[in-house]
Amino acid sequence: MTRLLAPLALIGAILALWETIVRLTATPAYLLPAPSAIAQALAANALPLTVSAGRTLVMALRALALATVFAGTLAVAVSLSRTLDQAVRPLAVALQVTPVVAVAPLFVIWAGVEHPERAITALAAIVAFFPIFSGTARGLAAADPDLERLFDLYGAGPWRRLLRLRLPSAAPFVVEGFKVASGLAIIGAVVAEFVAGSGGAQGLAWRILEAGNRLETAKMFAAIFALAVMAAAVHLACQELERRALIWWRGR
Amino acid sequence: MTIATLDAVEVDYRTRGKALGPFDLNLEAGEIVAMVGPSGCGKSTALRLLAGLESPSRGLVTRAAGRGETSVVFQAPTLAPWLSALANVALPLELAGLARKEARARAAAALERVGLGAALKARPAQLSGGMAMRASLARALVTHPRVLLLDEPFAALDEITRRELADDLLTIWVEARPAIVFVTHNVEEAVYMAGRVVIMTPGPGRMAGETVVDGPQPRPAGFRTSAAFRAAVETTSQRLAAVMDRAA
Repeated sequence: MTRLLAPLALIGAILALWETIVRLTATPAYLLPAPSAIAQALAANALPLTVSAGRTLVMALRALALATVFAGTLAVAVSLSRTLDQAVRPLAVALQVTPVVAVAPLFVIWAGVEHPERAITALAAIVAFFPIFSGTARGLAAADPDLERLFDLYGAGPWRRLLRLRLPSAAPFVVEGFKVASGLAIIGAVVAEFVAGSGGAQGLAWRILEAGNRLETAKMFAAIFALAVMAAAVHLACQELERRALIWWRGR
Repeated sequence: MTIATLDAVEVDYRTRGKALGPFDLNLEAGEIVAMVGPSGCGKSTALRLLAGLESPSRGLVTRAAGRGETSVVFQAPTLAPWLSALANVALPLELAGLARKEARARAAAALERVGLGAALKARPAQLSGGMAMRASLARALVTHPRVLLLDEPFAALDEITRRELADDLLTIWVEARPAIVFVTHNVEEAVYMAGRVVIMTPGPGRMAGETVVDGPQPRPAGFRTSAAFRAAVETTSQRLAAVMDRAA
């Protein structure tokens, strides 16, 4: 119970203090709106914010699916060939360390101005790619060496070894990588939409930009709040997924 | 009949240097040999040579048992956590190409024999240390090996479980008579299990001597308190101590 009450109490205290300070100092609303004003903005814009959150969510989930397919396939390929592994690693690292904002304009050009959502999805997929790739690759190499010896002893070929030993051994690592990637996919989708700078995709980032340009700060806060709620929901869903996957994997 | 020999084998590792040898061992069909020696003397390396999992840098390994006729039990149970006990034990048979149903039926029988008939569906995480080791033993026995290699199989278990498992292993040995090579730190366990105990020097391991243990196998009740047992333990311990002194 305290696990639920303690953070709620803290949030309540912060909001109350915030409201009081804003009212006492008569801070202009464009600089720092009071929580009550933000709540009003949230209620007034509930529908467009929900639609935008849905758009961002769909882009992030598509990106996650794309990243899972590509990163998973590449990790398996890399586990089967040392040469391929050595060839791919530096590229994968380069992809990871290059900031997404730096390559975003390129993708916007490639996707064309009329399809910013494609560029955003692709950019979010790039951000989500690395944790899934490295998690899967690490998991595929992390099988119990004595189990590997048993597979040697019974003369198992590379495919059987992959299907019956390495892939199942990798499962917890894949799930962990996926969880990290899910958070990054949302960040990637938001950053990419900021950089794309067009309203074409109508995601939450655009709502924040739009409200900011009009100095509707309360609406900005409302959009940020919607984003936080959405990201937290995805995080919780992934945590639950991880818990269930591990129970399935370990049997308890 | 000799089922495996190590003939002046030496093993060098690139990182750790020389691990074993020159070392000789003759393994007769159906006998139990224990190998005792300090940590890092190359006991596990010798086992891997006998299993064909590694090749010697120099010397000759001869193995009469073919693929699938040699089984290994490791220090840890080494069960796949995502598989039930039954699926774990069936794995060697399935890898050998046996149909799933037949493999599972034989695996169930092997688990029955080590006293795990009630835990076929259990996952390794749900088994106690002793039960997991029994499942590991069942997996080694399910292929009816001619050579059974055990690398400190009971080291992580408590004394009671360890003795139970030793007796179970001897019972199974009487039924199927595989040749057993048994690596251990424990001199009493070695003497209790084996017809002869090979003593190894600190790494790179060489043969430092051998104790032949008199008395019937499997051991009769009260063997652990008999004079023959005490004498064999005493001799082996002294030899082991002498080896360690020389090294120090």
